[in-house]
Amino acid sequence: MPVSVMPTTSRGGGLQPPAAVSAAGLRKSYGDKTVLDGIDLRIPAGSVFALLGPNGAGKTTTVQILSTLISADSGQAQVAGHDLSADPQAVRAAIGVTGQFSAVDGLITGEENMLLMADLHHLPKREGRQVTAELLERFDLTEAARKPASTYSGGMKRRLDIAMTLVGSPRIIFLDEPTTGLDPRARHTMWQIIRDLVTGGVTVFLTTQYLEEADELADRIAVLHDGRIAAEGSAEELKRLIPGGHIRLRFTDPAAHQRAATELTEATRDDEALALHIPSDGSQRELRSILDWLEAAGIEADELTVHTPDLDDVFFALTSSAGTSANQPNQPNQPKENAR
Amino acid sequence: MSTQLAPARPATGLSLAVRDSTTMLRRNLLHARRYPSMTLNLLLTPVMLLLLFVYIFGDTMSAGMGGGADRSAYVAYLVPGLLLMTIGSTTIGSAVSVATDMTEGIIARFRTMAIHRGSVLIGHVVGSVLQCVMSVILVGAVAVAIGFRSADATALEWLAAFGLLVLVATALTWIAVGMGLSSPNAEAASNSAMPLIFLPLISSAFVPVDAMPGWFQPIAEYQPFTPAIETLRGLLLGTEIGHNGWLAVTWSLALAALGYFWSKSLFDKGFDKGANRR
Repeated sequence: MPVSVMPTTSRGGGLQPPAAVSAAGLRKSYGDKTVLDGIDLRIPAGSVFALLGPNGAGKTTTVQILSTLISADSGQAQVAGHDLSADPQAVRAAIGVTGQFSAVDGLITGEENMLLMADLHHLPKREGRQVTAELLERFDLTEAARKPASTYSGGMKRRLDIAMTLVGSPRIIFLDEPTTGLDPRARHTMWQIIRDLVTGGVTVFLTTQYLEEADELADRIAVLHDGRIAAEGSAEELKRLIPGGHIRLRFTDPAAHQRAATELTEATRDDEALALHIPSDGSQRELRSILDWLEAAGIEADELTVHTPDLDDVFFALTSSAGTSANQPNQPNQPKENAR
Repeated sequence: MSTQLAPARPATGLSLAVRDSTTMLRRNLLHARRYPSMTLNLLLTPVMLLLLFVYIFGDTMSAGMGGGADRSAYVAYLVPGLLLMTIGSTTIGSAVSVATDMTEGIIARFRTMAIHRGSVLIGHVVGSVLQCVMSVILVGAVAVAIGFRSADATALEWLAAFGLLVLVATALTWIAVGMGLSSPNAEAASNSAMPLIFLPLISSAFVPVDAMPGWFQPIAEYQPFTPAIETLRGLLLGTEIGHNGWLAVTWSLALAALGYFWSKSLFDKGFDKGANRR
């Protein structure tokens, strides 16, 4: 169910900014398993695009296709104005890729990793050393520069990984789950790094399972589900797709939960968590009326949380295969995790 | 952004291939230098065998050769075979390091960069051949230390011997690289590369082919190691080379070509397989 469909080629309108990445009808399957079932994309140059989806949705496959690692079964794509299948080498010259799995050489030092990249980009020796020093400094790796990369922490490895990607100044950067497995501090550092990249005019294509991350970073977000783009738009546009928020009451006493549920007919029940979800816009007035009502009925909830619609709701609404009704916006109806 | 860099100069064709392969070679040599333990372990086998066969079995073995040969004659007989065994043993290390390398994320990174496609493998091959040469020199030094002397080989013969060793090393390395690429991990690579150290045992390295059971003689005589060993013997010790010269060269060229095309096709289609393996 494509909710907002964007034009997929740059040839259509004359007013659009040039596309850094465009794709039409990308398909890929492994044996019987269809991983991508017709993906259309158009990413304007200089923007941040997030491909959001659960494990097994096809995020990594999309990145692998667009970064020339694997070829699509059908469909077309241009990256930096070059056709993927006709001129992969030109695409490679324009992109930088940081994959989901650490792409550093653990046996050599961080500095040697960087110099290796400089050599492979055919930078002159002096320039290579200069770039290496600058990037190591910028990513706070100067101290660890002479240590083998295998001794780095997860966050350091990821920073080195991105630093290596930046040698050679790619115009388009693919980041496949750049913050997966990082602790909160390292994640925020990574976000700042990505924001800085964009200020430099780079186009960023990132994949993530975290809605918060897409919300924080991306100009446009596409929700990938079962090999298709279920929706695409800005975070605001996506949030508008689903109805409002709710107030969540949680009980510890099953009897109280039961009683509240029978009294509050408009609420939806979550029996496992002993919770009730009452549709609400989160305003002070509504909140007060609910509190008054609880007071009057002599029901005491152990926890009350106000839940405004966020990308989680959109995500679950779009990716639940069964289809979710409007008054159950937070049903954790996650699709099965597919082994990649 | 503070880093504004000049765009990478586009390089094409041969210069790109040479340049990128050199970079990859430097990377592999750096690995070998940082972690010499595997190279040294693999070097231990031929050296141990050399000492074992000379000092422990030496008298019996030389007596078995007949013609009043003594232990020093057996040293001379043994060394050419052990030099080739050294090469076989060293290339096992190449199979293992290629297999290990392919599980590393950095290979995927290389594939997304505008570099010469074959440079990753060429770097491995050249690195491995250089290691073979180093190992041969080390084992050769041990051999000289325990009394090996060439029987008046000319400079040309020394050169030919060196050329033969490099040729064999190149051929076995390409095969080993293919074995490494087709193995899911280091253990499997080390297992599938076993023939490279096993074949010399059933060649003319330790005993002459004539001394083997009749039914086995053709196998021992025409397997890749025996012609190379006999050729090396001829060059260094002045024994008769006969048809072994061109047999050795043909075997080497054929194995090199086979290994090259096998490795190339594995590497080119390798990514999907590698991704599924995780």
